[in-house]
Amino acid sequence: MEVLVILVPLAIMLGGVGLAGFLWSLKNGQYDDLDGAAWRAITDDEPVESSKR
Amino acid sequence: MQSTLDFSHYLRSTGEGLVHLDLAVDGINCAGCMAKIERNLLKIPDVTSARVNLTDRRVALEWKAGAVDPTVVVARLTELGYKAYPFERAGSETREAEQASLLLRRLGVAAFAAMNVMMLSIPVWSGNSGDMLPEQRDFFHWLSALIVLPAAAYSAQPFFASALAALRARSVNMDVPISIGIALALAMSLFETATHAEHAYFDAAIMLIAFLLAGRYLDQNMRRKTRAFAGNLAALKAETATKFVDGEEIVTVPVAAIQPGDIVLLRPGERSAVDGNVISGRSEIDQSLITGETLPKTVTAGSPVYAGTLVRTGVLRVRVSAAAEGTLLSEISRLLENALQSRSRYLRLAERASRLYAPVVHAAALLTMIGWLIAGAGLHDSVITAIAVLIITCPCALGLAIPAVQTVASGSLFSSGVLLNSGDAIERLAEVDHVIFDKTGTLTLPELDVTNAEAIPADIFALAGRVALSSRHPVAAAVARAARATSPLGGFEEEPGQGVHGVSGGLEIRFGRPSYCGAEHAANAILSRDPEASVVAFRCGSACHVFAVRQRLRPDAEAVVASLQRQGISVEVVSGDREPAVRAAAEALGICEWRAEVTPVDKIARIDELARRGAKVLMVGDGLNDAPALAAAYASISPISATHMSQSVADAVFLGEQLAPVRAAIVISRNARYLMRQNLWFAVIYNALAVPIAIAGLVTPLIAAAAMSASSVLVTLNALRARIGVKGVV
Repeated sequence: MEVLVILVPLAIMLGGVGLAGFLWSLKNGQYDDLDGAAWRAITDDEPVESSKR
Repeated sequence: MQSTLDFSHYLRSTGEGLVHLDLAVDGINCAGCMAKIERNLLKIPDVTSARVNLTDRRVALEWKAGAVDPTVVVARLTELGYKAYPFERAGSETREAEQASLLLRRLGVAAFAAMNVMMLSIPVWSGNSGDMLPEQRDFFHWLSALIVLPAAAYSAQPFFASALAALRARSVNMDVPISIGIALALAMSLFETATHAEHAYFDAAIMLIAFLLAGRYLDQNMRRKTRAFAGNLAALKAETATKFVDGEEIVTVPVAAIQPGDIVLLRPGERSAVDGNVISGRSEIDQSLITGETLPKTVTAGSPVYAGTLVRTGVLRVRVSAAAEGTLLSEISRLLENALQSRSRYLRLAERASRLYAPVVHAAALLTMIGWLIAGAGLHDSVITAIAVLIITCPCALGLAIPAVQTVASGSLFSSGVLLNSGDAIERLAEVDHVIFDKTGTLTLPELDVTNAEAIPADIFALAGRVALSSRHPVAAAVARAARATSPLGGFEEEPGQGVHGVSGGLEIRFGRPSYCGAEHAANAILSRDPEASVVAFRCGSACHVFAVRQRLRPDAEAVVASLQRQGISVEVVSGDREPAVRAAAEALGICEWRAEVTPVDKIARIDELARRGAKVLMVGDGLNDAPALAAAYASISPISATHMSQSVADAVFLGEQLAPVRAAIVISRNARYLMRQNLWFAVIYNALAVPIAIAGLVTPLIAAAAMSASSVLVTLNALRARIGVKGVV
């Protein structure tokens, strides 16, 4: 059961990474245009410049 | 005219030598549009970024400062077939967007914590029946506390704040039992963990917070979306004003750039976009959009003019007293204030449920504790059981039951052309049993229309339409619009107050007053049949035709009124216009109850009288004079062509030429209200099943978690029926 000492903090840390990722994506405006994002995935000739930002 | 427009007001400097511009764009609806717009805008030299937002139908652009004229961008979009106009986010929209983003962040934190706590809880649940050591269980409980306590402290703040505000005002809302439930569950779990007990409810508490936040976010996001859409509509109206700079020089600017104190020029045929006082000039003005009165009025220096006024004959110089969103008649603002106060007395369905809910739940918990004490249980066990009752009854389903239905229903309303201004509008619209329509601009279309088009040969009509484009007079504009004329004939001159004349195809052509064209006889024949019409004559060589122009009823007005009456809703017309005009409209629509020449005060008095008799009144109106009545009525809708003020006080705004959205609003709202009630009953039944288990002391954290998710999923699925149920309405 000593393995818990490693596994549990590791699991929580992974969760923390997930949360940090979510907060980053929220701050970065990833949820501002959900309809557009759905379509962008299937357009083949998206202008290169617009993917900067 | 586009080239002289000065858009510099909308440009924002981003630093690094770039400027930023937001454009509202009409007509973006697919991925193709998105790629096309971005590709083409990026072709303009020095444009560094172009990003379409498909959700909000907007484009964000950046370019090197000073390198591009904004009008070039607008012109390029027009070439591509999209109507575009720069816009500025209104304060209310920014606030809604910030709120929505904050709620999403809290929801993210709560959901993260709930998921990670589940990872710890499931071993405990399965271990409790198996071979888990008490030390391991305690360790897992402490870890849960470590995750949940900070997460709850952050994400449950909206509930705590709202509950505190309600208690300070000595009232109870749904957030009071929620806050008490969360706080007690957390405190009890912490105590149990410290005393090495078997059960802790950290998982249930954080899950409850996450579900409730999801409900709040749905609600908030719905409001944000409507605001964004309304913002686009306002921008795409592309209202401009001609402003004086340095005394005599004029420049055309967007209305948003006009400041109080500026002097603007109003020419015949223009609609004022500002409130102000006339400094010089004399003109007949049409205030039908504001007062409902269709007869023109004469203004001279010193007279006030209001946004929405149509200038008919002369040129006016006006000093702006307030720009687009500003003030209005002092009497109307006073009436408005009173009316808005009375509206805030409406109790939402959720609030009414919570008034009933909180005392019942708290009493049940208290009785459970007392009951167990009497039955001989220890104090600790009794308190634990009582708290378990609070946790299991915590209104998880209740918190989702209404927002979920509202979100789905507002989506249906949106697709049938109705935008909601307030969240509780659906509930109030559903109860309406009496509809009061304003006439001008509501039952009738806001623009003038030619009524005798079939009496005029098509080629003459087309020619007259092209000639009419040379005049700025509103009646001429109506003829041009009816003829769908786009290219003006060259060489025509306007004689102020008379009409236009010129030569085409070797024939002398005149278009204007009947006396100017020698057509008094034909004009009088029309006027004797229809005294409300305006007439304009067209002479081409020796042939002469007279156009009758008037405000036309909305095409489906009669059908909508009839269908409302069939549903048992009484319909009435109350208008500020003169009696013959109102009577004619009411008779044409089969409405027996009508009132004419009604002042704003009397409109409110009529609504109050009906309200005293127990009627729930829906007011549908557009004028500035309707604004107080819109606010005073139980529910209100105004057309998108209405004045700013009326739109902002109405519960909902409808789009387009049809009146059908008014009926759709009532039908969809009724269906939604039915589902809300059904959802509340689901919540009641759930409680009736779960509470006895909790009172008996049989609730484990596993049961609490399962019951909570099951009831939430159930009401959410039921809410989706709000979309299915409205097929065939529109």
